[in-house]
Amino acid sequence: MFRKRPPPEEERKVRANDREYNEKFQYASNCIMTSKYNIVTFLPVNLFEQFQEVANTYFLFLLILQLIPQISSLSWFTTIVPLALVLSITAVKDATDDYFRHKSDSQVNNRQSQVLIRGSLQNEKWMNVRVGDIIKLENNQFVAADLLLLSSSEPHGLCYIETAELDGESNMKVRQSVSVTSELGDQNNLASFDGEVVCEPPNNKLDRFCGTLYWRDKKYTLSNQNMLLRGCVLRNTEACYGLVIFAGPDTKLMQNSGRTKFKRTSIDRLMNTLVLWIFGFLVCMGVILAVGNAVWEREVGFLFQSYLPWDPPVDNFLFSAFLSFWSYVIILNTVVPISLYVSVEVIRLGHSYFINWDRQMFCSQCNTPAEARTTTLNEELGQVEYIFSDKTGTLTQNIMSFNKCSINGQTYGEASDPLGPQPKRLDFTPFNPLADPDFCFYDDTLLEAVKVGDTHTHKFFRLLSLCHTVMSEEKSEGELLYKAQSPDEGALVTAARNFGFVFRSRTPGTITTTEMGRSVTYTLLAILDFNNIRKRMSVIVRNSEGRICLYCKGADTVLLERLHPCNQELMNITSDHLNEYAADGLRTLALAYRDLSEDEWEAWSERHRSAAKAASCREDRLAATYEQIEQDMVLLGATAIEDKLQEGVPETIAVLSLANIKIWVLTGDKQETAVNIGYSCKMLTDDMTEVFIISGHTVQSVRQELRRARDRMIEMSRTRDGKEEGVEGCFMGNGFREGQGDSRGGEKQLQCPPPPPSNLMDNISGEFALVINGHSLAHALEADMETEFVSTACACKAVICCRVTPLQKAQVVEMIKKHKKAVTLAIGDGANDVSMIKSAHIGVGISGQEGIQAVLASDYSFSQFRFLQRLLLVHGRWSYLRMCRFLCYFFYKNFAFTMVHFWFGFYCGFSAQTVYDQYFITLYNIVYTSLPVLAMGIFDQDVPDQRSLEYPKLYEPGQLNLLFNKREFFICIAQGIYTSVVLFFVPCAILSDATQSTGVPLADYQTFAVTTATALVIVVSVQIALDTGFWTVINHVFVWGSLGLYFSIMLALQSQTLFGIFPNQFHFVGSAQSTLLQPVVWLTIALATAICIVPVLAFRFLKVDLKPQLSDTVRYTQLVRQKKRKPAGRSVGGAWRGVGSVSEGRLGARGSSRRSGYAFAHTEGFGELITSGKNMRLSSLAMATFASRHSSSWIDTLRRKKHSHTNTPPSASGESSPAPSCVSGSIPPLSNSSSVLCGSQDAPIEEETGAAPDTQTASTSSTQNPPAPAPASEAADGLAQTLNAGVLTPAALRSQGGDSPGGWTISLGAVQEALLRWKGRASASNSPVKLAE
Amino acid sequence: MGKVKPGPLARRPDNSAFQQQRLPAWSPMLTANTVLPFFYFMALICMLLGVWLLLTVQSTEELKLDYTEAGTCNLCFEKRKNVSNAAQPCICTAVFNIKKAFKGDVFFYYGLINFHQNLRRYMDSRDDAQMVGRKNNLKSPSSYCMPFDKDKNGVPIAPCGAVANSIFNDSFTLSYMSSSGSVRVPLLRKGISWYTDKNIKYRNPSTENMTLPQVFEGTAPPLYWQKPVYDLDPLDKNNNGFINDDLIVWMREAAFPSFKKLYGVLHRANKPFINGLPAGNYSVEISYNFPVQYFRGRKEVVLTTLTWFGGQNHFLPIAYLVTSCLILLIAILLTVFWFKFGKNGQNMEE
Repeated sequence: MFRKRPPPEEERKVRANDREYNEKFQYASNCIMTSKYNIVTFLPVNLFEQFQEVANTYFLFLLILQLIPQISSLSWFTTIVPLALVLSITAVKDATDDYFRHKSDSQVNNRQSQVLIRGSLQNEKWMNVRVGDIIKLENNQFVAADLLLLSSSEPHGLCYIETAELDGESNMKVRQSVSVTSELGDQNNLASFDGEVVCEPPNNKLDRFCGTLYWRDKKYTLSNQNMLLRGCVLRNTEACYGLVIFAGPDTKLMQNSGRTKFKRTSIDRLMNTLVLWIFGFLVCMGVILAVGNAVWEREVGFLFQSYLPWDPPVDNFLFSAFLSFWSYVIILNTVVPISLYVSVEVIRLGHSYFINWDRQMFCSQCNTPAEARTTTLNEELGQVEYIFSDKTGTLTQNIMSFNKCSINGQTYGEASDPLGPQPKRLDFTPFNPLADPDFCFYDDTLLEAVKVGDTHTHKFFRLLSLCHTVMSEEKSEGELLYKAQSPDEGALVTAARNFGFVFRSRTPGTITTTEMGRSVTYTLLAILDFNNIRKRMSVIVRNSEGRICLYCKGADTVLLERLHPCNQELMNITSDHLNEYAADGLRTLALAYRDLSEDEWEAWSERHRSAAKAASCREDRLAATYEQIEQDMVLLGATAIEDKLQEGVPETIAVLSLANIKIWVLTGDKQETAVNIGYSCKMLTDDMTEVFIISGHTVQSVRQELRRARDRMIEMSRTRDGKEEGVEGCFMGNGFREGQGDSRGGEKQLQCPPPPPSNLMDNISGEFALVINGHSLAHALEADMETEFVSTACACKAVICCRVTPLQKAQVVEMIKKHKKAVTLAIGDGANDVSMIKSAHIGVGISGQEGIQAVLASDYSFSQFRFLQRLLLVHGRWSYLRMCRFLCYFFYKNFAFTMVHFWFGFYCGFSAQTVYDQYFITLYNIVYTSLPVLAMGIFDQDVPDQRSLEYPKLYEPGQLNLLFNKREFFICIAQGIYTSVVLFFVPCAILSDATQSTGVPLADYQTFAVTTATALVIVVSVQIALDTGFWTVINHVFVWGSLGLYFSIMLALQSQTLFGIFPNQFHFVGSAQSTLLQPVVWLTIALATAICIVPVLAFRFLKVDLKPQLSDTVRYTQLVRQKKRKPAGRSVGGAWRGVGSVSEGRLGARGSSRRSGYAFAHTEGFGELITSGKNMRLSSLAMATFASRHSSSWIDTLRRKKHSHTNTPPSASGESSPAPSCVSGSIPPLSNSSSVLCGSQDAPIEEETGAAPDTQTASTSSTQNPPAPAPASEAADGLAQTLNAGVLTPAALRSQGGDSPGGWTISLGAVQEALLRWKGRASASNSPVKLAE
Repeated sequence: MGKVKPGPLARRPDNSAFQQQRLPAWSPMLTANTVLPFFYFMALICMLLGVWLLLTVQSTEELKLDYTEAGTCNLCFEKRKNVSNAAQPCICTAVFNIKKAFKGDVFFYYGLINFHQNLRRYMDSRDDAQMVGRKNNLKSPSSYCMPFDKDKNGVPIAPCGAVANSIFNDSFTLSYMSSSGSVRVPLLRKGISWYTDKNIKYRNPSTENMTLPQVFEGTAPPLYWQKPVYDLDPLDKNNNGFINDDLIVWMREAAFPSFKKLYGVLHRANKPFINGLPAGNYSVEISYNFPVQYFRGRKEVVLTTLTWFGGQNHFLPIAYLVTSCLILLIAILLTVFWFKFGKNGQNMEE
């Protein structure tokens, strides 16, 4: 805690495996601490923090005032009791918060990682990892600290990471170790590694690292390419070793997570303003009363001195007035109730718990409940006007699925009939044992076409299986794992796999596939890689018969231009299909091929070689050569990939926009992708009047584009308005004003660039959408263009910003906050959304995915985008409503309570005498009236939750801030003052003359105090009863309980016992008994109550009856049940529910807008990586060692278990050598048995069974033609057998399949289970026999 | 919350009505069916109460006599203007006439106008611990009593404080001038304070076989008092010290600057007062001690009869009647509005 902070680092020196050396520098350890206090510091630090709150300091000041006897009009405890209560409640809350922070810290700190210590791997907690340690990471593990990658299990020291945590980019990235260290390989060598790294000090730049590695007297430059940053996840890499460079708080992840800004809600700000006003009011009252005191002392008090001489320091009336001012400040301070802030916090906490508890915001798939991470923003959820959403992972699941395709003019994958029975999911296993069981497709005609052997279909899938940069991994036979660099490609290759064209392996020069069960190897001649400009990629392959063919897939716009013009008709049909797909929001690709003659290829390859060697403009020249060969292609068809939306996204967006919330999508994705998603989640529709795309690169062009968009909008809306002018009067007004404004604007335009005619822009009718690119946005966000951009964008129904950086996301949010003064909400899942989540009023993180960065920065988190509607429309609305009602009532009751003193001042010579007993003053706010209003603030509901989802319009009062604003505040205050007048003057008038039935006058002070206090408590209780719209048991208990508590506490405080102990403190002894037995007192109370409540009741009734709010109406209909299950309301929810996540329920008119896109989240360069062969395993030998090392790793085990139904049950016996080879053929036993069972229809595959082992055995012996990378262990088996035939004992073999026994039983179980499904076709007894072979 | 649920839904929130905000609840609404009848009903109730109270009040009698300068008291009034005459006794007589007999119990009050018993410092200037008979406080009065806590010689004052110091010390003798001559009207001077005051709040220090003067030895009477506290009632020695009824009545501070305090109740044992005060002429002999001219105050005597809810109080019934009329008016207006504009929830249509 008190360790001296080392001076800022100049540079960092780290020596591997040398803790002593590294400790000299006192680098931060890997222990992170986000908590604020510990046990010792808690009290002082927390109190210090609390007294920084103005309110608390104010009450402290009051407390000090009260200690001055000349001023003290109230006992000290009237302030200190509530203050202590408030402070302790806040302290408890802070302590709990900090406890959870401690807990989450320790959870992270106690994660296990494997550290290489003195040559052996030891499990260490994360917090014990030191700078300079070498740690081992395994697949799918989080990186524990910022590491320098030393070596990895993959060839060339490559390893793949997912950086979603850090920057939100979900595609995989490649990191490579420096070549010298990658050769180190295993841990024995690493243990003796003693290189020293000298690098930059810790910073927060995620994409930059510069350092140097000194090892064996050589220098190696290090860059970001060599780094694994904390928060990344290792993917598709068995294991890797890294040297810890930055740890704990020094890591880039932690350096990036800045201190969270403290967010305040608009109600908070309003409340603060109002409290200031109330202070002003308080001072005014104080001054009035002080003046009164001066006058009174001069006129009357002066004469009264013989009975009551002035206090010693007072020598004239002015001084007396001065003291009286402060005395009245003390008395009247209850208008700013100390319990206000703490009550607000309690209510918000309650609302937060309701959010946490909501089962309808619980995601059962990922077992994640919603979580209100910040408990202070709830009511702001009811006022959101702008939602800024991330795309990937938020709107979409980031899962691509092959959805439809068009082959030779025939479209497949069409959902037959949205109303009909759910189409059956195709089962590929009988047809193709290598099929991916997770693949879904519903149209069996395509499968039929494949089976029949339709050449076009075959070509189509062959293309998909060849033209890509996917890499495969075959853990065990038939268990293919594709490492796709973009999910789209993965989806396409998987589709081809399932339809019988299985991509199995590649080498730098070959691609091996299994086509309809037959293994085929193509020679890969060239990969014409993808880039942004080309928007396509091609491969040139030579098939086994020696024919050369170019396969190309790409954006339809690009591809269709390069087709051979022979088949115009097919192009038209395909084009139509593409339009259809695009209208469904699918990502489309067109596929084409071209047969090449040997000469053509030779000529081109020559050109290509020279272009590739070119020193200058290599890129351009390559592109030119690519362009030459990608000509005259023959169209094969098109694919449509669905970027799977999260469940319920379109519905949610529809409901939210009905609630008048504007949704902006800010995504780092490409324009095409973003627009596609915009369409598929119905943000953009084809009915939209116009979609503007701003993609200018210069300030001028952006300005022009914006201006053009605006002019268009005005023009279009004018023509629309013109049309509707006759129909609707209100539009006429608009049109008129617009006309005026425009003519004026036109004049101005000549002189200077016109300021955006905002009044014009507000009246835009018609639906527009704006799509803006990142680079244009950069210009649009410049100071002088901001207003222009805002006015244009805000006139649009939907705004999509693509290719935006995290910083820009935040800037956009800030801009709207600044110009629109609206409440903004940002929702995202990745670290790239953190900035916007932090800068928006409310940040929502999507949890349950891998990343937790966004969640950590967010105020609310849940796991599905669709929960947003419930969060806003139900919880937010309720919170806002409750908070507003609470505040109205709270100010009311305190004014009613306090202002009585003011009126009494006129009767008591402005001497600051209180009306009530001091205990009543102490307890009024914290006991007598706190619980009912808290219950209302926590539990009240105006309409049930389903209704608020059915009528999104109910959300609008929150946006317009109708329920609590300055006007409402003044109404409350006025009502409070009215009540105080009644409460003072009615008892005053009645009691001053009245007597008890025993003749004792009732005009004594104590009777008056008790009567007024009782009347007050009753009036405010009746008022809360009127305000409460939802009487649960708790409300009843609290309202009645408070009344009961009032009477019992009063009787207790005025009892003989307490008086006997402290006669000077409890001098009200007996007043309650004497007073409350008097009928006059009760008549007085009843009269005062009636006079206070009747006008309120009348106004409320009139308001509901004559000008009902929507909520009143909903409530009324609910109450009267005139229309059962209101059809109109239902249709909102109901109709949208029909819009499934798949393509049924196409709302928008199909047609005009084609949004084709080579929508790959793709980066170029993978082609090069492949052809260079860098990422290939070099020799089977290396693989063998690798396999033996890793076969026991638990990941493997897990995987095997997971896939056990397609997996070979490890045959567990060395003696049956045919078994492995048979297994390593394409047909694993289970599939084998099943294909035997239904063999009649799968004849071709049956034949292949024999062929496959041949290739396999052949390949194992020949190193020149590397094997289809059968899963490592299998390959090892094979290898071992060929090398040490006969030497290997069965036991040794068994030990290699480390999990045999368990795996065996499990897979046997799985097999039996699978077999049961085949019951009826064959007897179950068949299979064990087969398996036993 | 505490228990760990098994299975994949381990973190699913409980499906309790409370947590899901589905508690059964009553959601009332201000509809015409409930509000309008309620208003009429309220109006009716208030009306009935008002009428009843008015009738009750009509049956009471009340007489107020401002004697500050009335009759021969103007002499005393002048005399009291000079502080140096404070110790000199002054007795004067005021005469009044009762036209209609006061039936039943008759209560005799003294009233002060413009005397501020409700000033904060005045009200604080007392020591309840002393008055409940605490020995410590008897000799060392609370600092709240300043400057009436000790006399010039530093002797503690009992009872201390401005309230006790300024006790109303006029005394009255009421006489009925019947045809057969002047008859003294018997007044009961006991039982005029709250039970709790008399028996709990004010206690003499425990005597332990000591006489009251012995107990109060070492204390001084308040500055303005002529008699020590243990000698307030020469007739009844149990009515002395802190439990003196007049002291207790005075110590119960009034809420407003004009107030009346009970002085005595008509003792209806003998003729002609068995049924109350007969009509006729009365004189009241006042031992005029309390000076009011310093603060422009007035003094008065009030005679009144009571009903079940106390003395004559016209404000209450009238307030009820006015309220009832207003509620009725509002009810009618609401009905009209409702009938014209909002009948059958026609505004409830969207």
